Amino acid sequence: MYYYVALARALDERMWVLQRAGKAMFVISGAGHEGCQVAAMWPMDKKLDWFVPYYRSVAACLVKGMTATDMLLGLFARATDPSSGGRQMPGHYGHPRFKILSTSSPVGTQYPHAVGIAYASRLRRTGEVTMVSIGEGGTSQGDWHEALNFAAIHKCPVLLIVENNELAISVPLRKQMAVSSVAVRAAGYGMPGVTADGSDVLECFRVTREAYDRAKRGEGPTLIEFAVPRLGSHSSDDQQERYRSREELEQVRKRDPLLTFRAYLERVGLLTQGTLQDMTDRVRREIDLSTDEADRAPLPQPDTATRHVFYEGE
Amino acid sequence: MAEIRYIDAINQAHHEEMARDARVLVLGEDVGRKGGVFGATMGLVEKFGEDRVIDTPLAESSIAGVAIGMAANGLLPIAEFQFADFIHPAFNQIVSEAARMRYRSNGLYGCPVVFRAPYGGSHGTALYHSQSIEAFYAHVPGLKVVAPSTPYDAKGMLKAAIRDPDPVMFLEHKRMYRIVRGEVPDGDYTVPIGPAVVRRQGRDLSLFAYGWMLNESLAAAESVAAEGIDVEVTDVRTLAPLDTDTILTSVAKTNRALIVYEDNLFLGYGAEIAARIAEAAFFDLDAPVTRLAGPDVPGIPFAKPLEEWFSITKDKIATAIRKLAAY
Repeated sequence: MYYYVALARALDERMWVLQRAGKAMFVISGAGHEGCQVAAMWPMDKKLDWFVPYYRSVAACLVKGMTATDMLLGLFARATDPSSGGRQMPGHYGHPRFKILSTSSPVGTQYPHAVGIAYASRLRRTGEVTMVSIGEGGTSQGDWHEALNFAAIHKCPVLLIVENNELAISVPLRKQMAVSSVAVRAAGYGMPGVTADGSDVLECFRVTREAYDRAKRGEGPTLIEFAVPRLGSHSSDDQQERYRSREELEQVRKRDPLLTFRAYLERVGLLTQGTLQDMTDRVRREIDLSTDEADRAPLPQPDTATRHVFYEGE
Repeated sequence: MAEIRYIDAINQAHHEEMARDARVLVLGEDVGRKGGVFGATMGLVEKFGEDRVIDTPLAESSIAGVAIGMAANGLLPIAEFQFADFIHPAFNQIVSEAARMRYRSNGLYGCPVVFRAPYGGSHGTALYHSQSIEAFYAHVPGLKVVAPSTPYDAKGMLKAAIRDPDPVMFLEHKRMYRIVRGEVPDGDYTVPIGPAVVRRQGRDLSLFAYGWMLNESLAAAESVAAEGIDVEVTDVRTLAPLDTDTILTSVAKTNRALIVYEDNLFLGYGAEIAARIAEAAFFDLDAPVTRLAGPDVPGIPFAKPLEEWFSITKDKIATAIRKLAAY
């Protein structure tokens, strides 16, 4: 688990460096969200289960099966980008082989999709569980509420994840909702809601595992809120220093799951200096190799731009 | 071969496709035990059960959004919108999601959803139960939009839409439901999405219409025939992708073009037909390309005199035909 948290962070940092160096147009990512994403994806069956991501789901997509190269191909908008062949902006993940649904930019639309996928799983008796993610800002959308209502009525096997970093770009939580947590809303739809500290990776794993088992047993959806720090700006086009104080940023960094998880693992003796160094080296190698590989991949040709408007046959 | 009503054709297509393929299901408001407010889904829940005939909450965006998710996971949903007027909350799901799913995933994900919507007015249903929505959706690449005008086409095209691997907006002018009747064969058949069809051959003028307007136009064509004006009437039953060739062939024959649609005139669907004729058939034309459409007000008003003022009837069409024929 720690490896994936570290890999996702290193990939995240590399994407920002590449953007600043002019190698990528745009970055949107999830620094601070990795711990809960890795933990939540952990109980999921990588082949059987579905994931409907959002733009911060870097770590979750890695655990589900995408590689750092896959994600960097998207960053560079290469023809071989598995999410969209370079058609979408970076951060719009999708991968049929790992049952990661293609995603768009309007916030909230993915929630009904996840519920529809889960309904189909139930009807077809496939045993699949679906996980869908969103930020707390997205929970203001009608689609989010409509999806929860539908999922609860039909007891759809879906894990409804909200990664609450208390900022929708710049808008703080108190202007987004009058309730103190997203999870309390679950009661209004007739499903359990739970909040976990996103910096406590094992706690995130525990609550997700429980919800996963509930879904498997046919007992329906669970709303899971992870309280996470947003370590960086919203995207590469945003400067969070304009609306977040130095004190706030200092406080937020203390909640960095990479640091809290590492400290925990060291404390209980599961991570030694040696294994940490090995892992750090492995992550760096993987990111370097992936960057080179993705950078060498060809750009899409203009004559392919009219393809795949409609079905073209097998 | 039996003569049935338009609504019965729609209902039969549902029954036959759901029996034929277990992946087909219906979701929408009142589609279950009521059988739909117009009866399109009558008898389905009794035969196929509540899991495949879903009475949804009153929330159009999730009707579309949930259907898109179902389609991603192996089902073939038919999403019914009770009235086209209430489809607007689902615009984002249909336009941003359904229509773009295949393109944005570079062909890896499809979206085989049928969005059914009863549209159109001129029968006492006013601003919010009368709208024509075809122009909004026909504008969007990645969506197919159809508006059949006969029971035969309604059944055959709905079956084709359900079997189509891409999203189809299936528009039913609700005035036709109970008054338009026609022959429909007993066995299985489909009518392909794409080709337009010439419903009436003529020499003097080409008229293009779809849905209820096609029926009014045919009646108008008959009424002017006695005056010696021979109108060729083409049923543009697939609005997107548009069968431009059939349109241009007709214009080349008659040298005059009249486009009839019930939506308000400005940027309505007929504007695209007019533009294509103007661009590709300029030297075939003996008269200006002409549109007859609703006035540019925000909706069809309720009171009878106001509704009559708005409505495109066979008499108004006949007047437009005479004027264009005499040009």
